[in-house]
Amino acid sequence: MYETIEQLLANNDIFTLSTVLEYWDGLVMTVQLVFLSLIIGLVLAIPLAILRTSENWLVNRSVWLFTYIFRGTPLLIQLYIIYYGVAYIDGIQQSMFWPIVREAYVPTLFAFVLNTAAYTTEIFRGAIVATGRGEIEAAMAYGMSRGKCMRRIILPSAFRRALPAYSNEVIFMLHASSIASVVTIIDITGAARDVYARYYAPFEAFTFAALIYLCLTFILVFGFKQWEKRWHRHLRPLSS
Amino acid sequence: MLDLHGYGPAIFKGAILTLEVAFLSLFIALLLGMLAAVARLSKNKVLNGIAMVYTTVIRGVPDLVLMLLIFFGAQIGVNAFSDVLYDRYGIDFYININEFVAGVTTIGFIFGAYMGETFRGAFLAVEHGQIEAGRAYGMSAWQVFKRITVPQMIRHAIPGIGNNWLVLVKTTALVSVIGLEDMVRLAKEAAGAVHEPFLFFIPVAAVYLALTSVSEYVLKRLEIRFSAGVVRA
Repeated sequence: MYETIEQLLANNDIFTLSTVLEYWDGLVMTVQLVFLSLIIGLVLAIPLAILRTSENWLVNRSVWLFTYIFRGTPLLIQLYIIYYGVAYIDGIQQSMFWPIVREAYVPTLFAFVLNTAAYTTEIFRGAIVATGRGEIEAAMAYGMSRGKCMRRIILPSAFRRALPAYSNEVIFMLHASSIASVVTIIDITGAARDVYARYYAPFEAFTFAALIYLCLTFILVFGFKQWEKRWHRHLRPLSS
Repeated sequence: MLDLHGYGPAIFKGAILTLEVAFLSLFIALLLGMLAAVARLSKNKVLNGIAMVYTTVIRGVPDLVLMLLIFFGAQIGVNAFSDVLYDRYGIDFYININEFVAGVTTIGFIFGAYMGETFRGAFLAVEHGQIEAGRAYGMSAWQVFKRITVPQMIRHAIPGIGNNWLVLVKTTALVSVIGLEDMVRLAKEAAGAVHEPFLFFIPVAAVYLALTSVSEYVLKRLEIRFSAGVVRA
């Protein structure tokens, strides 16, 4: 097995060891970026979704404005505003953050986090609002406070309801992450652009990248299907 | 009104170009989506397989990668083709794939896959009794399709078409990456020249926001229009 791969690499002009390694580094970068933005976005989205269902008009509307702006504009523009704009914040070039912020990684992560947080907030809001009236009344009748009811009753069932929509958002984020290559990050797409430029072989370079993304998508779809099977076990028909 | 250091008119032209790209690719996407849905539902195994591979593969790959693949890859393919034509038959035939054509066809091609799934779901949502009734009246398969299935599936398809359209509008920003002079690219160039990123990117973002807001309003009206005669619970 190992030898055949070695042979295949030896007989190939484009996919040499160094190219494959570049794709591998790109894969690591893509997975890392997507994973980090999803985790941070999720952590931000849960409190935002709760605030979004608040009865206070001002709180509700300000969260709505955030999701409205970030869902209504292209991620590319958001990335440009953050990536090119960060250098123009007063005093940032003298501050201790400058060495971190100057690299493309942190601004990109920042843009991705805000974008996915906006979409996830709206997904969770929909799930929270759809909680059965009776469940909440029962919790109130047991004397639970609003916070306790949220923690014990609303959120656990809302997460289950949100899962199918959230799995779509995860795949959307994986695909959107290819935009990072526009601001010099070497992710899978970035590696493909590099290989294209080096060998002038667009077909091979981008098809290989597309195949990697396709595999990642299939893994995610399969994983979420298993997860849904576990979490939605109570919804399955009796005979099967 | 908005001068933007003299870049205002150029960016306005870029906005028009963005709209052109969006509407043309929507047209291609609807056409391809309809074809894909009909092929997916047909009994012909080959057509069915082609449509399934199309909708699955396209939806599994990022738009940007497909766009780069088609823009850079297709040109090489066309060059090889015209070389063969010239060597074998002496025909001097050459097409230059420009950014506009590549952008519109790629976005149309990608969203055709999404539209295909939307249309397929909508076709399946049409009650089977309706189709049987059409048959019982002696209509041909084409007549049933045209008179009964399509008018009823539109209602089920509108929300899905709307969502796809909203994503499509935002995807048009990617054509700037392959070099088309749309408003995103012009704003980026201007921001680089004048060193004022916020001044240029925020108006462009606002144009997108306005576009999506207007679309949402129109789609809501359309939904009401096509649901005429449906009794709501």
